[in-house]
Amino acid sequence: MLLSLITFLPVVFALMIWFSGSNEKALKQMAIAFTLIEFALSLLLFRYYDPSVATLQLVEQHTWVSQMGVSYFMGLDGISFWLVILTTFLTPITLLGSWTAVKSKTKGFLVCMLLLETSMIGTFLAMDAILFYVFFEVSLIPMYFLVGIWGGANRLYATMKFFIYTMFGSVFMLLAIIFMMFMAQSQLGFMSASLLDFYKLEIPFVAETFFSTQTLLFFAFSLAFAIKVPTFPFHTWLPDAHVQAPTPGSVILAGVMLKMGTYGFLRFVIPMFPQATEHWAWVLLALAVVGIIYGALVAMVQTDMKKLVAYSSVSHMGYVLLGLFALNTLGITGAIYQMLNHGISTGALFLLVGMVYERTHTREISNYGGLAGYAPIFSILFVIVTMSSIAVPMTNGFIGEFLILQGTFLAKKEFVFFAVTGVVLAAAYMLWMVKRVFFGKMGKVVQEFKDKNESLDINAREFAVMLPLIIMIFWMGLFPGTILKWSDTSVKHLVNNISKYELVIHKNSEANKSLYSKNDKLNIKEKIN
Amino acid sequence: MNHSILFSILIFAPLLGFFFNGFRFKSKDYKLAGSVAIGAMLLSFISSLLLVFDLIGMDPLQRKISFHLFNWINVGDFNANASFVLDPISAIMILVITGVGTLIHLFSVGYMSHDERPTKYFAYLNFFIFNMLLLVLGDNLLVMFVGWEGVGLCSYLLIGFWFDDAEKAAAGMKAFITNRIGDAGFLLGIFFLFMNFGTVEFSELISRMPESPEALWSSPIHLACLFLFIGAMGKSAQIPLYVWLPDAMAGPTPVSALIHAATMVTAGVYMIVRLNGVFIMAPNVMMLIATIGALTAVFAASIGLTQWDIKKVLAYSTVSQLGYMFLGVGVGAFMPAMFHLMTHAFFKALMFLGSGSVIHAMDGEQDMRKMGGLRKIMPITSFTFTLGWLAIIGMPPFAGFFSKDEILWQSLTSTQGHWVLWVLGVIGAVLTAFYMTRLMSLVFWGDSRVPKETHPHESPISMTIPLMVLGALSVVGGWIGIPHVISAVLPGHPPNVLHHWLETSLVAVPLKHFPVVMEWAIMGISVGLAGVSAWLAYDFYISHKDRPAKIAAKCSRPYQLIYNKYWVDEFYFSKIINPLIDISKGFWEYVDVCIIDNITYKLSDFVQSMSRGFKKLQNGQLQQYGFYVFIGLVVILSYVIVGS
Repeated sequence: MLLSLITFLPVVFALMIWFSGSNEKALKQMAIAFTLIEFALSLLLFRYYDPSVATLQLVEQHTWVSQMGVSYFMGLDGISFWLVILTTFLTPITLLGSWTAVKSKTKGFLVCMLLLETSMIGTFLAMDAILFYVFFEVSLIPMYFLVGIWGGANRLYATMKFFIYTMFGSVFMLLAIIFMMFMAQSQLGFMSASLLDFYKLEIPFVAETFFSTQTLLFFAFSLAFAIKVPTFPFHTWLPDAHVQAPTPGSVILAGVMLKMGTYGFLRFVIPMFPQATEHWAWVLLALAVVGIIYGALVAMVQTDMKKLVAYSSVSHMGYVLLGLFALNTLGITGAIYQMLNHGISTGALFLLVGMVYERTHTREISNYGGLAGYAPIFSILFVIVTMSSIAVPMTNGFIGEFLILQGTFLAKKEFVFFAVTGVVLAAAYMLWMVKRVFFGKMGKVVQEFKDKNESLDINAREFAVMLPLIIMIFWMGLFPGTILKWSDTSVKHLVNNISKYELVIHKNSEANKSLYSKNDKLNIKEKIN
Repeated sequence: MNHSILFSILIFAPLLGFFFNGFRFKSKDYKLAGSVAIGAMLLSFISSLLLVFDLIGMDPLQRKISFHLFNWINVGDFNANASFVLDPISAIMILVITGVGTLIHLFSVGYMSHDERPTKYFAYLNFFIFNMLLLVLGDNLLVMFVGWEGVGLCSYLLIGFWFDDAEKAAAGMKAFITNRIGDAGFLLGIFFLFMNFGTVEFSELISRMPESPEALWSSPIHLACLFLFIGAMGKSAQIPLYVWLPDAMAGPTPVSALIHAATMVTAGVYMIVRLNGVFIMAPNVMMLIATIGALTAVFAASIGLTQWDIKKVLAYSTVSQLGYMFLGVGVGAFMPAMFHLMTHAFFKALMFLGSGSVIHAMDGEQDMRKMGGLRKIMPITSFTFTLGWLAIIGMPPFAGFFSKDEILWQSLTSTQGHWVLWVLGVIGAVLTAFYMTRLMSLVFWGDSRVPKETHPHESPISMTIPLMVLGALSVVGGWIGIPHVISAVLPGHPPNVLHHWLETSLVAVPLKHFPVVMEWAIMGISVGLAGVSAWLAYDFYISHKDRPAKIAAKCSRPYQLIYNKYWVDEFYFSKIINPLIDISKGFWEYVDVCIIDNITYKLSDFVQSMSRGFKKLQNGQLQQYGFYVFIGLVVILSYVIVGS
């Protein structure tokens, strides 16, 4: 029950908010309290998830469309573990961070955020392909509204672009899923959309041709996920979406939603199509490297801070993809780590840019300058997050980037020679922005505020928003072992059995289920009320 | 005392100092900030002394104190822990870092007394020491890399310390990015080593080395060493990545003394010495290192001849001296390289602090054309600076003589050496003697050219004490490495302490045999030529002041070339950086906006036009809908029938 509870509790909360009064402040407080409860609830996973075995745990399975073998099938393993926590961790931070950013239709906004949380967690927990697809797609809807209603001037264009791109990719994925369901019928004797059954399929593969079943399925899924990541050349929706999205939208989009793509690669593409993966990995590695360099170069010449961070995402997610298709322990571990890093550091960057934007209503780099002298605390935080983003050791970014590059080097070193240029370029685009925004003579906007004698530095609430992120940046940089031990066995299991991956349901899952008696559930509900 | 405790104090005292000052960064109480920072440094220095004493007491073959803090990265076969090791090589480094570091902290109190952000300054300075200690004490490449990037970060923050000035902020950024190029190389070096030897721990790595050196450039150790050397080029400012160091002089002068002369910039040399067992397996890379080192020594010294900014002269001098150290490690003269690293830390820190004292006295003026005759006004600064001058130009018995001479001698006699390298080294020494004497003449000797509105004065005692201590070290610092030929004629035959100290940690590269007379002759040539050169500079800038200008006018083209630093910065900008920015703009405006977006627009237009076609199907006529349903049923049924 725990997984369903974690997944659907935000829906309950959303309903409660929908039917509450219209006092905006109370609503916001409620929403933050709710998401904190949700976060606390997700922390129970530390207690009930057993990281020593590479099985699917806390499983829940109920038939849904029995004729087609579609079931409500949820489970957790080391690959999804941290992504769930990342989601529940970032949501309250985002809500607190957007306390003043969203000024109209607060209720709708909060409902959207909570529904988004459900769909994201569901995506990471669903172990049934159709269920996954549903969550994957449903997550678009609240995001569509977030950008479309609370976004910037050009928001409709951006939302359409975002929506069409993602839908376009998803269509191929849906076709592939249906195809595989039929395949299950012919090979296993029953129709199934369970991922565990998908892993068992023998999918014909011919290396010489592009038109072999496994290759086609591989690319169908890859396209859907590559758009979501986004990988070059499917990335152009991202900068537009980010620039138009309100701060919370950007944080969640970059922090969590992009990971649905890389998670998809790890959950579907690599284990299901091992031969095609092996054979075609170079395509994705090449796209990853191009993405790293291209994203960094284009980020360098941006004039809008948010767009710069958006392009830096393209570069950073390129690293994740690189690590995944290194197909070894170091690479995949690094990729998982980098997903979390990117969630934290890019989320933090969007929050920081949002904080200053709220005050000045401009994100144009050339309007700034000398901010370090006028907003010292903001500047210190920004520089710390910058260091994390450019992977300076002792921050989280370094661990991920190092493992990815070392892993890829062991597998395919020719790609690494290109990818390391990203290390230099990242420093270039971030520090150049830092220099233009924070150093030098006071820019137009900063001077204006100084003349008005109005503060530009962050307030206590914003500091509280940043603090957990900063702590995580250093914690993950110094003690990666404490994080990795929760995903280690699952990653090793995947890497060691990459050509014949199987995932079994944890034996004690039933027992786990009974751990949550009705009383527990009631207790939790009481707490909520 | 327990080694773990001493180690903890050594490393974490500066970190605590950083936190203390870092959390109250807005305070302007420079005395409190300075005292805390100096206190942290003193603790660190004392514990390093105690540790080194313990190390001395150990059996020479087992001189090693390890300290395991916690497990850091353990993924798959990859293990890198937060572990540290003190051995004879790192012992020299920690003494220099904490010793010279303490003196420079002390000097800073006076120097930064008028500054607006002294607390932040001391926080950064302590943080730098912490990172530098990680760099030298780490027992594996990863911990070294943590320190490696950490010192780069501190350097960035301290160069751009007066960030209101966009130029200074730009200098910091340049330093960081140039260093990052090196760091990328360092990373590739680590990747190669781990791939081929399965470890990143130093002692493990060296024990897994093959029996005999590799011959080919394409062999793994060669490639690993080549990339590691790129890392060293960045950090230690060698051709072609030296460009950041002269600009780094934008930072406060004590920072230049600590980071950009005594400690951080020598990290590249230290790294190669630390991995001497690995580099020795790659003779071709060693040759490259020696060549780059020798070329840098001459190249940077030649630029130093023409600069007017006192700190710029010292900066190019540092680049040049680092070149000597690389010349040393390149020919396998690891001990002399470490020796020069140490003596250079003394006399260059001394001269940077001396220049700081001058700049402080001159209200921030750095142009040597506006100085002169300061000898009478600033006797202590002038006297100690003179000691540094004698040391750097290699006059016996000052510190620089012994270390530089040892490098030159081995560059000739080592089996990895070559006479061309020696000639380059001597040319560098001649140039060094010239530009340093020029500096002395322009700043301290001759008549005063100080503008009337400035009133130079001798610096306070907190600034002169470090000068005096470093001055003394610049004299006696070389006596721990007296070469055999000299000690043979000295009363009591003083032993070469440094040689014995490092013997067990370094691979010995065989030397060709030369008669003793030859060694004396070689020594005489370099000292003699340097002396002549110094006298010439004195003659030019004191006795015949019009000569330099005349020569500059006569050879205006070469002069302009050197004065403008061979246009290297301009070349980088016009040929690399600006094109890169143009290409990036092209990517953004052309590839993203024109090509990719346009394709998607075309696609969506296509879909729309198709959907217009489908729209016609939905015409609201029930009969037609019934027809569609019928067709659908037929298709499904036929599928079911054929399928079963």
